[in-house]
Amino acid sequence: MRFVDEFRDGALARGLAQAIAAEARPGRTYNLMEFCGGHTHAISRYGLTDLLPANVHMIHGPGCPVCVLPIGRIDSAIELARRPGLVLCTYADTMRVPASQGISLLKAKARGADVRMVYSSADAVKIAVDHPDRDVVFFAIGFETTTPPTAVAIRHAEAMGLANFSVFCNHVLTPSAIANILESRDVREIGTVPLDGFVGPAHVSTVIGSQPYEYFAEEYRRPVVIAGFEPLDVMQAVRMLVRQLNEGRAEVENEFTRAVTREGNAKAKALVAEVFELRKSFEWRGLGEVPYSALRIKERYRPYDAEARYGIGYRSVPDHRACECGAILRGVKSPADCKVFGTVCTPDNPIGSCMVSSEGACAAHYTYGRFRSVPVVGRGAPPKAAPAGVPAAEVAP
Amino acid sequence: MSPVRDDYIRPVDFRNGRVDLTHGGGGRAMAQLVEELFVRAFDNDLLRQGNDQAAFAVGAGRMVISTDSHVVSPLFFPGGDIGCLSVHGTINDVAMAGARPLYLAAGFVLEEGFPLADLKRIVESMAAASREAGVPVVTGDTKVVERGKGDGVFITTTGVGVVPDGVRIAGDRARPGDAILVSGTIGDHGVAIMSLRENLSFETTIRSDTAALHGLVAAMVDAVPGIHCLRDPTRGGLATTLNELARQSRCGMVIAERGIPVRPEVAAACEFLGLDPLYVANEGKLVAIAAAADAPRLLEAMRAHRLGRDAAIIGEVIADPHHFVQMDTSFGGRRVVDWLTGEQLPRIC
Repeated sequence: MRFVDEFRDGALARGLAQAIAAEARPGRTYNLMEFCGGHTHAISRYGLTDLLPANVHMIHGPGCPVCVLPIGRIDSAIELARRPGLVLCTYADTMRVPASQGISLLKAKARGADVRMVYSSADAVKIAVDHPDRDVVFFAIGFETTTPPTAVAIRHAEAMGLANFSVFCNHVLTPSAIANILESRDVREIGTVPLDGFVGPAHVSTVIGSQPYEYFAEEYRRPVVIAGFEPLDVMQAVRMLVRQLNEGRAEVENEFTRAVTREGNAKAKALVAEVFELRKSFEWRGLGEVPYSALRIKERYRPYDAEARYGIGYRSVPDHRACECGAILRGVKSPADCKVFGTVCTPDNPIGSCMVSSEGACAAHYTYGRFRSVPVVGRGAPPKAAPAGVPAAEVAP
Repeated sequence: MSPVRDDYIRPVDFRNGRVDLTHGGGGRAMAQLVEELFVRAFDNDLLRQGNDQAAFAVGAGRMVISTDSHVVSPLFFPGGDIGCLSVHGTINDVAMAGARPLYLAAGFVLEEGFPLADLKRIVESMAAASREAGVPVVTGDTKVVERGKGDGVFITTTGVGVVPDGVRIAGDRARPGDAILVSGTIGDHGVAIMSLRENLSFETTIRSDTAALHGLVAAMVDAVPGIHCLRDPTRGGLATTLNELARQSRCGMVIAERGIPVRPEVAAACEFLGLDPLYVANEGKLVAIAAAADAPRLLEAMRAHRLGRDAAIIGEVIADPHHFVQMDTSFGGRRVVDWLTGEQLPRIC
């Protein structure tokens, strides 16, 4: 497959791993935060940690939009779904996040609420068109990647005069989250989270471009390298970050040149600006209230704003006491630090949202990496000679 | 004198007719449906006897029995339908014990309003699959539920077979050092179904791999009577089957991603849907675990069979108190291939 296979080439990976090991200076550590959930997933799925030298640490940031949705907003979505006759359309991962009283959208569905999984906002519009007698609400979440499609859906609905369609908007903004982390006490003052550089999000950057990160690089003196989702993309980005840190530079570099430009997607940005405006403040799970970090629907498109149509209020609900999602999202703790990780909280019975989405740090670690924290017989030794027919797999140092 | 012949009974209208509650009532209408559709299609002596059960002699060896319910949606898909799927699925479960499947029983739950044309198509597909496999449907049952209480048709098939003494193939027999083999490409069936689901229709040439595997199994047992484990990776895919076997056998496994056969079209479809082929259902493939020394001979026997052309050795069994299934990725790292969580839901961005 083009644009996929070349970026998963094992031989190139080994070469890159060696290059990174050669450039990483012994005696210093490189603490790199990957901001995007897709990167968290890629790192775990391809076992990239195996290929990086011991002094290069990847820290998982709050880049998963499902994970940063506070319980209170899911409660509102469940409340909407329970209204008789209403159809709530949502992305798949959001369905499993546990909210108050352990109810999730999936559980509400099992109890009779009409909750439907959709792949895109366009699917939700189609459901509204096909069922004029039902009120259809699209539960819109996501960073800048999914925001333009939501804008398109609203404009289509308006063009069609679709009276039974509205959007429950929970779109959040990447630069605000990065700023919040860099401003946090853990990073600025206490130094609990040593943070040397960022692996910048892939698809978000195709929309907003590389330009918005220049502020962080300059103001906070931390390099940012925007990386694609394939494992070689991530490794190349790590190498570029290591090199910048060695050379004392703090610039924005773009590894994902095949999809990202400095300006981004002008048309998409214009569409978003047309339909949405900034909220003064928005609660993020784990980060608390973050100013100017989220979007709401503009006055002009009020008929398509579910919050206005259904009078949705917001009640902040604290996380489960044992849940460390907040600390994990800020990079202060790792999944294994959470007391309930892997025992009470598992992907089948998640307590917090980090365990729900496959891009959440906890789910990624549980699914792909938890065997590292458990001594496994034979691990560390190179694999034995493979049975006939299987090419010997090499594990880079 | 009426010109109508005394023995004339108006035949079931399979073209335009629909299932209604009388077809499940136990009365004349049901008997007629059974006679004109099921008995005519399945066409064998035992069924023609018209009893509520079938009696047959049991040969030497141990009896094997297995049952499966089929609720696949959509009912018709590229490469098959719920009918042939229900025949293949149960034959395969019996065959995975190393047994020769002998007979099938089939229970139908029909929804009021279901088109008889579709039912006929499904039953004839079952009959063709059963004939081709040489495993007749010798007894059955029909129920009808009100409109809205069933999704068209649900089929439950039960199969019996016999396995000779001396052949002991079971999920707890894998041992460290054993080789793990798969009979062909994975993920075909699940992707074929996905391609028709609402909201997800995309053009593809991928067809379900649904097939009866007892012939392949017979050839395999012939070549290597001491096979340790056989299982068909249906719901939950290859990953789930390997985890099941690892747990039952109380051992671990290491497989190599590069060695797992996947069609490029299936890989591509999984890629843009955010699915992992390891977890996608198969309906015409099997996993085999055998002693390492037997592996080359077993592989040869599999590849010589029509349904095992793309067979491959994909890994080995190891000692591991945690029973993890690990995979050396083609990328060069190692990861755990865990149990499936819930149902495969694709990522959002």
